[in-house]
Amino acid sequence: MESFSSITATAVPFLRQNVDTDVIIPIQRLVGTGRTGLGPYAFERLRYLADGSDNPEFPLNQPGYKGSQLLLADENFGCGSSREGAVWALMGMGVRCVIAPSFGDIFFANCFQNGLLPVRLPIAVIRQIAEETEASPGNARTTVDLERRVVITPTGTEIPFEVDTRKREAMLHGLDDIALTKRHAEAIAAWRVGDRAARPWAWDSVA
Amino acid sequence: MAKTMFDKIWDSRVVADLGDGWSLLYLDRVLIHDLSGGRAIREVLDAGHGVAEPNKVFAVPDHAVSSRPGRDETTFPIGEKLLKSLRETTGKTGVRLFDLGRPGHGIVHVMAPELGVVLPGLTLACGDSHTCTNGAMGCMAFGIGASELGHALATQTLPQRRPRTMRIRFEGARPPGVTAKDMILHAIGRLGTAAGTGYAIEYAGSAVEALEIEERLTLCNLSIEMGAKIGMVAPDEKTFAYLQGRDFAPKAAQWQAAIADWRAVPSDPGARFDVDHLIRMEDIAPQITWGTSPGQVAPITGFVPEGDAAALSYMGLEPGQKLAGTKVDWVFIGSCTNSRLSDLRAAADVIGGRHVAKHVTAWVVPGSETVKREAEAEGLHTRFLEAGFEWREPGCALCVAANGEQVPAGSRCVSTSNRNFVGRQGTGARTHLASPAMAAAAALAGALVDVREMV
Repeated sequence: MESFSSITATAVPFLRQNVDTDVIIPIQRLVGTGRTGLGPYAFERLRYLADGSDNPEFPLNQPGYKGSQLLLADENFGCGSSREGAVWALMGMGVRCVIAPSFGDIFFANCFQNGLLPVRLPIAVIRQIAEETEASPGNARTTVDLERRVVITPTGTEIPFEVDTRKREAMLHGLDDIALTKRHAEAIAAWRVGDRAARPWAWDSVA
Repeated sequence: MAKTMFDKIWDSRVVADLGDGWSLLYLDRVLIHDLSGGRAIREVLDAGHGVAEPNKVFAVPDHAVSSRPGRDETTFPIGEKLLKSLRETTGKTGVRLFDLGRPGHGIVHVMAPELGVVLPGLTLACGDSHTCTNGAMGCMAFGIGASELGHALATQTLPQRRPRTMRIRFEGARPPGVTAKDMILHAIGRLGTAAGTGYAIEYAGSAVEALEIEERLTLCNLSIEMGAKIGMVAPDEKTFAYLQGRDFAPKAAQWQAAIADWRAVPSDPGARFDVDHLIRMEDIAPQITWGTSPGQVAPITGFVPEGDAAALSYMGLEPGQKLAGTKVDWVFIGSCTNSRLSDLRAAADVIGGRHVAKHVTAWVVPGSETVKREAEAEGLHTRFLEAGFEWREPGCALCVAANGEQVPAGSRCVSTSNRNFVGRQGTGARTHLASPAMAAAAALAGALVDVREMV
């Protein structure tokens, strides 16, 4: 996983509710492809016109926003399908952090597996960042500091955010979950022995 | 203290407390499918891990297989590559694969309960958001992404943060024409698409107890469309009767031991949920979605509301327009939501000697090889074919459009699946979610129609 400590970037307002992972990356792009190379297809149904050229209406195509690492989103961002390709596609187009009032649970978990930081903040704060950014396009920069757990808006207001201690550590240091779990190998082995004795039916039926 | 079913299952599967609300959970079962399964195993092997407990992993190709009658693995070449990878990796690691055309093959959330892989009190994970379907068996089943799937395969465990608990009670008698699909669509419309985010939902109440197992699977299937990774129904005598004798259900002396354990799984009387909702069955009518999110739903007697201009523009609908009577081009009866034998029976029962409207393409895609064979044994396929429906091979088909099958751009499709997202059934495709009976009625009428007027 890519580590993440702090970014400073132009916050791209994409304030639309229920942006599902089908919209972030169509499934056709995930059939027979890997974790890389999905960037050009992120949001493709919104991002390009029928002739394949950039849709000027799409925020991430607009001057000053293109290529930004920071996306502002609305309620329930990343809802729907569990496809981790949604995270790979966002990261492939350069996004490292999404700030939204709420996220789809599976998407939220997938973000932390890859080093894309999902930050939950109230919609009023997100709108404030959007307004401050739009007031001074080209100059406004927002900082997301995972080390200090704060977002600093373009006008310098510091807004704390919550993040799981465990996930924060993993992200700051780019830790791999499987390696961490393998430290519990003895506990897993002991648990299995106990459960097999207590609930043999759960084991023998698939033995 | 009185405990919820969720708390009981969670607490019984904690291998280690990781702090901060996180636990390392043991996974009793892992399901994998063609879209991500082969790659997940290969990544685990490449990283120097093995598959920890291959006998607890079950694999099936469903997402990227063609549903064309007479299909084989070569019908959709990209899917063939994925299937070959699944065959190779499961073969290498000893994971059971339920391949095309054999009993046990089917949509992952149809075949797993059908085989008795999913049992009360267990934990189950799968790289698919509709894994919540399996919670209908009284277990804790949830969808995960590719990285978590690798972790699950490598360790048979997963670090998870304990969600909050929600109960949704459905009380009262079921009105005519109302199915489990209508119950859950109504709930999503009322509570919202993010109401369940961060929660494990238990569906309860007299109307849920009255549901058959296949209906409970439909109910739990759309939990994720309410934001909840987990949806569950307490196991009861119907659950036990459904499971008895299935291939991977406990046998002989262990069967009685299992039932004794399963009787302790339901929530204790007086167990407290973080959130409790009550829905009255008499408030529910047959539902149809009108927008591009499952929460954008109305009774079939209703009208297109104002508000979401982008959704209405995509759907080609006008605010104030009556939903019934809207012309339909396609009908899809299938998916992990509604492709089981009882769903197909319900759809066939609407036909009543009528024929699919001339301008409509209507597909029936059974959820598994077993469903297909059972349906054919009772002649359902003949009834569908004679009425002008296509009778196809099991798979995800038009629900996911990852298999070469799509609803054409601009076409309007009534679908028994679970997502009406933009482009879900194909670029530009317009999806209306509904029950199998409502979908069959729309195929015959050639338009959105109240199924109660058709039977």
